[in-house]
Amino acid sequence: MNTLKRLGIGLAGLMLTTTLGLAAEATKPTDPEIAHIAYTADNIDIQAAEHAVKVSKNKAVQDFARDMIRDHEAVNKQALALLAKLKVEPKDNATSQALVNQADATQAHLATLKGAAFDKAYVDNEVAYHHAVNTALETTLIPAAQNAELKDLLTTGLQIFKGHEDHARMVAGELK
Amino acid sequence: MTAGRGRRRACVLAALAGVVLLPAMAAAETITVQVTKFSFVPASVTAKVGDTIEWVNADFVDHTATAANKGFDVKLPANKSGSVTVKKAGTFPYFCRFHPMMKGTITVKK
Ligand SMILES: [Cu+2]
Repeated sequence: MNTLKRLGIGLAGLMLTTTLGLAAEATKPTDPEIAHIAYTADNIDIQAAEHAVKVSKNKAVQDFARDMIRDHEAVNKQALALLAKLKVEPKDNATSQALVNQADATQAHLATLKGAAFDKAYVDNEVAYHHAVNTALETTLIPAAQNAELKDLLTTGLQIFKGHEDHARMVAGELK
Repeated sequence: MTAGRGRRRACVLAALAGVVLLPAMAAAETITVQVTKFSFVPASVTAKVGDTIEWVNADFVDHTATAANKGFDVKLPANKSGSVTVKKAGTFPYFCRFHPMMKGTITVKK
């Protein structure tokens, strides 16, 4: 769990690409790997949102970012409680590492932007990012999850993140 | 003095028994809306002036019940409830500020 916390703090930013590279995984992820991927994905979005709250001057964008922080932190809290209960130690893996690398690249790009250009890039990326995470949850992570409670939590997470994807699209529409 | 104390005692009793007595006395009801899996269930409710709408949030994330006309803004923290007493007749669409796709309507009759 310590490694995970350190990773969470180290994560900064988001990603531009819409694929998580999960399709390339030859073997199905295990529950500890799934937990690590989900937690990593959550933290990436929180870090991105914290940056947006600081940088954006647009109220709709700031509100959206605060919604992301609130919900993703709630999901993480549930996830950590479940992992503790199940005594599952999240396990780092290639997908988590790919997520972090892409997030770092995106963050580096966003750090160069300000004002309306930043708002648009951030929100567009939120649409793409949630879409990618949702696709991964639906096609890979949820089917692969062995533990019923983990599967349940991922399913609830999917529902929440689908809402975020819609919300991001709505904000993106307002920015145009 | 005695009458005053008596009245006060009656008030205290009424307050203590409020949950039970109020519906009978005022004919006001509490209408419960479940907030679950990012939905208001049922999404549409009908109430009378003086009724209370109570939202019970069963999700582990925070929500709000916010009137489109800003007439009320009820915070619904994770696994907590919130309520509003409707005072005017009309149709009041509402939504969740945190998840604007979550929508509901209260229809209030006289
Ligand atoms: Cu909500």
